[in-house]
Amino acid sequence: MSKPANPGPADPAVAVRLDGITKRFGEVVALHDVSLDVRRGELMTLLGPSGCGKTTLLNLVAGFLAPDAGEIAIAGAHVTDLPTYRREIGMTFQNYALFPHMSVASNVGYGLRARRLDKTKIAKRVAAALDLVKLTGLEDRRPRQLSGGQQQRVALARALVVRPQVLLLDEPFSALDRNLRGAMQVELREIQRKLDVTTIFVTHDQSEALSLSDRIAVMADGRIRQLGRPDDVYRRPADRFVASFVGDVNVLRARLERRDGTTAIVALGNARVKVPGGPLDGAAAGASVDLFVRPEDLRIANNNGVTVAHGIVAAQVYQSGHVDLHVESSEFASTRILLRIPGQAAMTRWPIGTRVGLALATEEAVAFIP
Amino acid sequence: MSRLSSNRWLRLLGALAVAAILGFLLLPAIVAALAAFNGRAILSFPPETWSLRWFAKALAYEDFRAGFRNGLIVTAWASVLALVVGAAFAFVLDRYDFRFKRTLETVLLSPLVIAHFTVGLGFLILAAQLGVARGFAVVIACHVVLVLPFVVRSVYVSLRNLDRRFELAAASLGAPPARVLATITLPLLLPGLVSGWLFAAILSFNEFTASLFVTVQRTQTLPVAMYNYVREYADPSMAAISVIYIVATAALLTFATLFLGLGKVLDVEQAR
Repeated sequence: MSKPANPGPADPAVAVRLDGITKRFGEVVALHDVSLDVRRGELMTLLGPSGCGKTTLLNLVAGFLAPDAGEIAIAGAHVTDLPTYRREIGMTFQNYALFPHMSVASNVGYGLRARRLDKTKIAKRVAAALDLVKLTGLEDRRPRQLSGGQQQRVALARALVVRPQVLLLDEPFSALDRNLRGAMQVELREIQRKLDVTTIFVTHDQSEALSLSDRIAVMADGRIRQLGRPDDVYRRPADRFVASFVGDVNVLRARLERRDGTTAIVALGNARVKVPGGPLDGAAAGASVDLFVRPEDLRIANNNGVTVAHGIVAAQVYQSGHVDLHVESSEFASTRILLRIPGQAAMTRWPIGTRVGLALATEEAVAFIP
Repeated sequence: MSRLSSNRWLRLLGALAVAAILGFLLLPAIVAALAAFNGRAILSFPPETWSLRWFAKALAYEDFRAGFRNGLIVTAWASVLALVVGAAFAFVLDRYDFRFKRTLETVLLSPLVIAHFTVGLGFLILAAQLGVARGFAVVIACHVVLVLPFVVRSVYVSLRNLDRRFELAAASLGAPPARVLATITLPLLLPGLVSGWLFAAILSFNEFTASLFVTVQRTQTLPVAMYNYVREYADPSMAAISVIYIVATAALLTFATLFLGLGKVLDVEQAR
């Protein structure tokens, strides 16, 4: 091991510590020297496209894989060399992996039987767990007799009933249809808060990550690109990858005007935008930069305010709470510009073919060197 | 209209073809079965007079009775040993990667392509060379080799189809490997194990060519006893034994389906 780890019982606020984790599969390096602290009771999301290493990281915490370098600690104890069954974890799988030859109650009680608890205690805790996930009455069903949502609940109850040090969730909602997914997400979050269980959640769905997480680790190419609260990741992405992967964004050609210490001023036509200076280190005043603007940070210009660009409405997409306008404009972007207008008035106010002016609805954004 | 009628003709022809094939498959068994009820002491078809006396004779014939007992002994041992050994090899092939994996697989499946009399002859020579008496042990060992490929194949396929996440889930819930094996892997493999064992048992009980080499009077199995009988007599006892064979096997399979939960076991497979 290259780095001696220091997870330390000294820091009881840390539930899971990953220290300098490297994992290779043959020639491919799946994880490069990744370090991450998951705090007790928080819901940490590992977010990234497929192949970014998020599932590998989860499997390392579970002990299904062993790292090539680095240390893993759970609740202050080194577990790097500990087999899965001694790690005191709970896990749900993408396809739930409910044991098909056992009833719902037997599935949920499996971990308690493995721990050799006595029968009455097992029955009590299984009943409580099924009550928690609202499945009381389905004890004797087989997994195949349950709907997708019910299977998901059984999987959750089975993982939680053992009172794990950390709950690992591998793409738990990917197999559910949209309506059910939303409801299950809210419910999972409520249960997670109620039990105060440390949770590591793997997903490739950025909106799911933004709405559920205490903190998000955005991953790409085996590295954590940014670690932060959902609004940090969304509002202050650390690099181009994070800015484009998390949420929709317009990339507009702008010019660096000047730098004021840690911030910089970027000119987009007549408008001035304040951006963090860090990502622009090395760019001289007057250099061309890419300004990343969220669709809700743009509006249709009216008479007061600065119009930054003109264009023609090319498409409208009605999205219940808001309307997405796709505007064809060649001034600052090579692709269409996306605007997100609250309400539904935009549908009639700016029909397709209307010539419109675009203005910034914010004075802050992020910019990166092209 | 003409399309409709030509469709009907095609369907009729199809049904006839299927019936003809099924008839062809069943024909030998039907002929042998009917020959068993012949009243006269010749093997002929169709019988001229009807009688059950050949059943009585076959059941009373000491060589057949002994052959049946010996066959059961050999089959019980050989199928169980082959199941244990074959399942273990299937596990190794499925779970581990090593240099001579392909070679091992080929060797394990080789009895499929080596003629049974070769295997029987080999065991005969080997037993003589080693000075081992030609008792049940030699017959059982020979049968294990012959039926092993079927068990390995059957269990291997089941293992391939087994979702590893069931085992990972069990481990994540705190079950050590032995517990995972006993409570998850083996129950989910049951269909493969049962069908592998059933295959092994039926093949072993019916095996003749290799058995002819390795059995002696004291250990001869039913097919060998039947062969020895037919060399000297040509009465319908042989046909009667055939009927008993068919009925017994059918009864065994029905019993397994109804009472040993073979259907339920297969249902688990479908659920995935």
